[in-house]
Amino acid sequence: MSQVPKELKYLASHEWARLEEDGTVTVGITDHAQDMLGDVVFVELPDLDAEISAGDEAGVVESVKAASDIYTPVSGVVVAINEELQDTPELVNSDPYHDGWFFRVKPSDTTELEQMLDADAYTEACEEDDH
Amino acid sequence: MSFIPHTPEDVRQMLGELDIQSIDALFDEVPPELLVRDLPGLAPAMNEMEMLQHMGDRAAANFNGLCFMGAGAYEHHIPSAVWDIAARGEFMTAYTPYQAEASQGTLQLVYEYQSMMTALMGMDVSNASLYDGASALAEAVLMAVRGNRKDKTRRILVAGTLNPRYLRATRAIVEPQGITLETLPASDSLCLANISKYEKQASEGFCALVIPMPNFFGQIEDVHGLTDWAHRHQALVIGVVNPVAVNLLVPPGQWGQTGADIAVGDGQPLGLPLASGGPYFGFMCCRQALVRQMPGRLIGKTVDSEGREGYALTLQAREQHIRRAKATSNICTNQGLAVTAATIHMALMGASGLQSVAQSCFAGAHQLSQQLESLPDVERLGGAAYFHEFVIRLPVAPEKVIDEMVSRGILPGYDLGEFFPDLGNALLVCVTEMRSPADIAQYVTALSETLKNLEGAQSC
Amino acid sequence: MLIFENGATGRSAAAQTASSTQVDTHSIPDALLRKQPPALAEVSELQVVRHYTRLSRKNFSIDTHFYPLGSCTMKYNPRGAHKAASLPGFAGLHPLTPARHSQGFLACLFDLQEILREVTGMAAVSLAPMAGAQGEFAGIAMIRAYHLARNDLERNEIIVPTAAHGTNPATATMCGYKVREIPVLADGDVDVEALREAVGPKTAGLMLTNPSTCGVFERKILEIARIVHEAGGLLYYDGANLNAILGKVRPGDMGFDVMHMNLHKTFATPHGGGGPGSGPVAVNERLAPYLPTPLVKKTEAGYAWVTEQELPGSIGPMSAFAGNAGIMLRAYAYALMLGREGMPRVAEFATLNANYLAKRLVDAGYRLAYPERRASHEFIVTLSREAKEWGTTAMDFAKRLLDFGYHAPTTYFPLLVPECFLIEPTETETREELDGFIEAMARIREEAAEKPDWVKSAPYTMPVSRLDDVKAARELDLRYQK
Repeated sequence: MSQVPKELKYLASHEWARLEEDGTVTVGITDHAQDMLGDVVFVELPDLDAEISAGDEAGVVESVKAASDIYTPVSGVVVAINEELQDTPELVNSDPYHDGWFFRVKPSDTTELEQMLDADAYTEACEEDDH
Repeated sequence: MSFIPHTPEDVRQMLGELDIQSIDALFDEVPPELLVRDLPGLAPAMNEMEMLQHMGDRAAANFNGLCFMGAGAYEHHIPSAVWDIAARGEFMTAYTPYQAEASQGTLQLVYEYQSMMTALMGMDVSNASLYDGASALAEAVLMAVRGNRKDKTRRILVAGTLNPRYLRATRAIVEPQGITLETLPASDSLCLANISKYEKQASEGFCALVIPMPNFFGQIEDVHGLTDWAHRHQALVIGVVNPVAVNLLVPPGQWGQTGADIAVGDGQPLGLPLASGGPYFGFMCCRQALVRQMPGRLIGKTVDSEGREGYALTLQAREQHIRRAKATSNICTNQGLAVTAATIHMALMGASGLQSVAQSCFAGAHQLSQQLESLPDVERLGGAAYFHEFVIRLPVAPEKVIDEMVSRGILPGYDLGEFFPDLGNALLVCVTEMRSPADIAQYVTALSETLKNLEGAQSC
Repeated sequence: MLIFENGATGRSAAAQTASSTQVDTHSIPDALLRKQPPALAEVSELQVVRHYTRLSRKNFSIDTHFYPLGSCTMKYNPRGAHKAASLPGFAGLHPLTPARHSQGFLACLFDLQEILREVTGMAAVSLAPMAGAQGEFAGIAMIRAYHLARNDLERNEIIVPTAAHGTNPATATMCGYKVREIPVLADGDVDVEALREAVGPKTAGLMLTNPSTCGVFERKILEIARIVHEAGGLLYYDGANLNAILGKVRPGDMGFDVMHMNLHKTFATPHGGGGPGSGPVAVNERLAPYLPTPLVKKTEAGYAWVTEQELPGSIGPMSAFAGNAGIMLRAYAYALMLGREGMPRVAEFATLNANYLAKRLVDAGYRLAYPERRASHEFIVTLSREAKEWGTTAMDFAKRLLDFGYHAPTTYFPLLVPECFLIEPTETETREELDGFIEAMARIREEAAEKPDWVKSAPYTMPVSRLDDVKAARELDLRYQK
């Protein structure tokens, strides 16, 4: 079974979010998602300073046989993007929760985080998907 | 006569295997009222001989003389080997190379095609082809809108000297997506005017500029100035390029300071017969940064499990069969066989051969135009340098001249009245390397006599 | 080895050099002249001939192998049709030759329009679209034009079943529509209840393939048509599977308003390693004013092009000229050889071959995705059990088939059936060829059970083994560079 760290929040569409100490929120895709996609070959990220709203498409992750939109779980301004993914998209496969992060948002409404799934709820959602 | 190999015994055995009495039983899930009993509008079957005789009669009813018409389709010599090889069943009756291991022939060939096309255009990337030049321009416009993230206008500026048929098809294909095409009017010299004349149109911002090279009238635009101007306005540049002319003229990758962003055109002059309009193929090249916005198929080099070089479809996630509603285009089938011919053609011709063709076209067109200018009542229009097409104004309606010349075995050019009536009795004439000095002399004599006859008839 | 690697500086196919004396190009400003020749291959004519002949032999094709690629209709491409289209009177004809000097060509197009009208049960045909996907575009653009002309501006959705070809949703998007997907039931039919829920004042149309991509005939088609029409929408028929019903059932009779055909499938024109195709559209009376130009009419003075001026509602042309003319000529020649009797035999024997193949594969241990249904001209085998038990996926079976000399069926489409093969044998294959395929499939299944790793590493007899798709995508190498 894939890893689902307890301290993170999730969307059923397989994004994770982490509230950082500086108040920003880091977003990536889950271990389960990278496993389903297979070898990631390309990641398209939002523009720096772009304003995005929860539920928006904020990027695309591509493997050889599939492409998935990435939705942002929180609204706000994009303050950082993981530029390493341009040359080494395989980080999404090897380390989805740390080096394979996608982008960081300065959130305008932190209560959006509370509406996300916790680790148990996300695990349950994945299991339902499998059936 | 439907190429069905089944003997009555085959049918009996197969029906037995399925435990049914007749083939009709296989259609028992179709609502019975939908089953057709007969197709009275169709004729009885012909055998191959009858079909070929019929088609031979039809083919003979078409003009079959000396062609001096261009306007987007050009009669060039096609080396005999081109279609002998392209028509091999292994190329002609294969399909899209989804099973890479069983399609290395087509895949490697397309990789070579991509390499040749990028070399010809001076660009970074070529796709595996689109349908034709006009629809390739439409795809380039859609690509520019995706690729120019700074642009919010969805406005495309198009040189008024572009082939009007390209403009029409592009409009039909892109307008449903809320993209507007605006024409920059040509000057009297049948070229774009000085760019200062277009600043007003540019002031609200635009996404891309479309520049033909040569333009529809055969003339050579100031591609450097236009490219830099568009880039100053943060717009992309789409070049519409003749792939033979580019052997003489500066390639789109070298236009202006940084080159065009996308180059498209019709590949027909590279080994495809006129063939009543198709199949031709559209080519498309772009700079590396735009590769993921590119529509259509791309072939990449890779290795197999034993480390041997091989070729495969790549970046497929952009395509409709994976990305569905969010694909870069709905394109699926492209013009594979036409590309096969073009690749063999380019391999045979090489840079020196293609350059000799371009030079020969240029020389022939200039010979003819100089001789025509010396005829009374014939005037050449346009002020700029031209490649292998030029415009003449006739003292009488081109339609009549065409009919009279056709009766003398010459198709003298394209009547510009269809799209440019303001030019008045204008004919667009093309000379390729296929037209010998004797052909050119014959044209001059025929036109001279034709005009005498027609003018004589008019004065009566 | 690439063609470039065969070259040597200064070598050329000299017989192909055009004669020209030194040309004076001073009329062209120097900055607009090319300075560096393109880096093309420098090779002799024999080298070119040998190189590409050798490459051709690395391909599977209909002429060399059974090619049961589902949804692609890989039937025999008659040589006679190719020869007819290559006649100098057609091959040498300039597309802008005035109609009065190309009557033979226009006559062929007109007759083909009439034939297609008859076999589709539609009111009018335009041959303009250059491929199936362009035909789809033209079809949906006509639906859009129809609603706009009626000032019915709220309709912004196209409904598509989940099993549809990827081109369907991609086309709807290109026409500015939102895509709404509806599910397919376990028996392969569209979920009519879900359709009923989905339609409404926003519905512009429904795109449907029938027989569907599940390889079965949509039994409730008349009800589906009624539901969509009552909601004010139109029905689009994706003609990808027309071979299944050619001359037996007509889309016009089923209630479709507009459709495209793939001449490179149903009308046996060569697939050419991925095109060129041709995707004519046919419409009923209400969409006829919007057909793409050009089309051909017959007048007392002979055949003539119908121009945009005569058809002001037209969605416009799809290409510079009249579409893929050479493909139309081949299709016309093929249709002449089928004739009135031959047309329905296509559907009958395509269906017979498919059902026979399906039955025999079940006998060999394979499982059908829709076992209780009649196959149309194609059917789906699901290998999910083989994948689960032995770890051998549909891709593995596909690759192993190549070693037995059979092109693989379509794999992993439609997306809703796991580990699937979509198999379409076509009517031109003999029973013996089908039996050979069945035998190969049976042997591969035995291999998968006994030594799955062997199947998982196939193929063994091809010019290359499995290619590294990930490397191809991550380290893009799209052209030769010295």
